[in-house]
Amino acid sequence: MDILITAISQGLLWALMAIGVYLTYRILHIADLTAEGSFPLGAAISSSLIVQGFNAIVSTLIAGASGLAAGLITGLLYTKFKIPALISGILTMTALYSINLRLMGQANISLLGRETVFALFEDLGLASNLIPIAIGLVAVSIIIFILFLFFRTEIGYILRSTGDNEEMSRAQGVDTDKAKVMGIMIANSLIALSGALVAQNNGFADISMGVGTIVIGLASVTIGEVLFGNLSLAKRLMCVVLGSVVYRMIIALAINLNMNPNDLRLVTAVILAVVLTAPSLKDKLNKRAMGK
Amino acid sequence: MPGCLKIKDVHVTFEAGTINENHVLKGIDFEADASDFITVIGGNGAGKSTLLNTIAGVYEADAGHIEIDEIDVTRTPEHKRAKLIGRVFQDPKMGTATRMTIEENLAIATKRGQKRGLRFGLSAADREFYKEQVALLDLGLEDRMTMDMGLLSGGQRQAITLLMATIVEPKLLLLDEHTAALDPKTAEQVLGLTQKLVTEKKLTTFMITHNMQDALRYGNRLIMLHNGKIVVDLKGEEKKLATMEDLMQLFRQNSQTELKDDALLLS
Ligand SMILES: Nc1ncnc2c1ncn2[C@@H]1O[C@H](COP(=O)(O)OP(=O)(O)OP(=O)(O)O)[C@@H](O)[C@H]1O
Ligand SMILES: [Mg+2]
Repeated sequence: MDILITAISQGLLWALMAIGVYLTYRILHIADLTAEGSFPLGAAISSSLIVQGFNAIVSTLIAGASGLAAGLITGLLYTKFKIPALISGILTMTALYSINLRLMGQANISLLGRETVFALFEDLGLASNLIPIAIGLVAVSIIIFILFLFFRTEIGYILRSTGDNEEMSRAQGVDTDKAKVMGIMIANSLIALSGALVAQNNGFADISMGVGTIVIGLASVTIGEVLFGNLSLAKRLMCVVLGSVVYRMIIALAINLNMNPNDLRLVTAVILAVVLTAPSLKDKLNKRAMGK
Repeated sequence: MPGCLKIKDVHVTFEAGTINENHVLKGIDFEADASDFITVIGGNGAGKSTLLNTIAGVYEADAGHIEIDEIDVTRTPEHKRAKLIGRVFQDPKMGTATRMTIEENLAIATKRGQKRGLRFGLSAADREFYKEQVALLDLGLEDRMTMDMGLLSGGQRQAITLLMATIVEPKLLLLDEHTAALDPKTAEQVLGLTQKLVTEKKLTTFMITHNMQDALRYGNRLIMLHNGKIVVDLKGEEKKLATMEDLMQLFRQNSQTELKDDALLLS
């Protein structure tokens, strides 16, 4: 039971990151590796601020804002300097490693006994293992609601159309470069926010906690899609959250089966490979079934 | 009212300075009057698409000037020129965002050239207006306004793209073989719609076509491109009375090369 609760809370907190990956990967059709740097950036900034005595909520929001800056750098490298998106993300992610180290002053910051957002809510009398789930649910609901509204605005439309059809967008007067930068910024802001919450939930920030972020994000996105299919935008975002939770359950299961924690990344990669092939496999099976 | 589009000695070279250097537009001089409907013909690779794309700002001219409605747009980026220009492409997939609905696509087009903000993209009044506009296309799509664009047929998409190109009146309408990917019957419908929109709104229009009959039948002016130059420019009575034989004859004279393959032009 405890494992299940941990998996759900982890899944919810990481889901914000997965939603960020969804924005770049599925809406803008860009593979953005900035995530590997912006996730620990959010952790580093929020943790350092909390350790210095800043309010946890404010620190978390500042962490989210730092993600905007990280996204801006990648976006400009990609659009203004015409560096391929993949490389732009790698450049920012690499630079962020040093920046994160500087921010933290060391490879690891402990948050034990500090006033994290989770500690703030303990005073309200919730069972301590349910707090991360509550906060995760609230955060995810707010973000999905905001995105749901945003993608129905004029600016939301051009973000979607830019990812969908760049030529058409420019022909309709859309500054597609600007739209891409904006999308990458929003995505990395969510990823940094996720990093901040995960660090506070884990009780520490670590310089290497970003390793594998993008694969986890992609796994969550595709698990959601494979399990729940093609739906309207808001529902698809909810599926990303479910995908993130399911992913955590699979990992929890793997640990429960006494798998060596060092092998978990291998497991993640295999999961992603499997879910990525699932749609075409489904397709083939369907065709075969129809042929008969 | 003359001077809606002025092209002065425009040159375009692709991959300049490499072994693949390709001087495609070799000094285009052209003036279109307001509400000219110009059909554009010429062999494969003559530079027709490049000319339209250069007017639209997809490519920047290496030399020369382009003025639309007295505004010099030679160095204006594509998305800013879009305010003045409506376009329909050969590939029906290219004109619309396939994962957005019909009404969302129209909403994007309606904001062409205006600032976009955090207002909702579609109000109830917008929806009603787009529905009426789509009903005028006579394709029965007005009841399917929330359907994803990607689910429509090529002809339906081209019709919607035409509507998008003209829903805010452009100074110029650029059509690059916009019926070439359609079956003959659908092509005929889309051409009819084109004619209707162009005449109603008195749009200055360029229409590239490989169909010589269409080139003669539509528009009040006809130009022929060859090797990056305009080699024929027929207007008024001359255009009205021109026949296929005339066109062939003109092509031979003006390009100073024997037309090796008539089929190329007729295809
Ligand atoms: N983006 C580009 N980069 C390099 N070369 C190009 C580009 N676009 C066109 N060209 C070249 O320019 C020449 C003219 O092409 P263009 O598409 O303008 O011809 P066209 O008259 O439209 O021909 P078609 O009837 O086949 O559509 C061709 O040789 C083509 O290879
Ligand atoms: Mg062409």
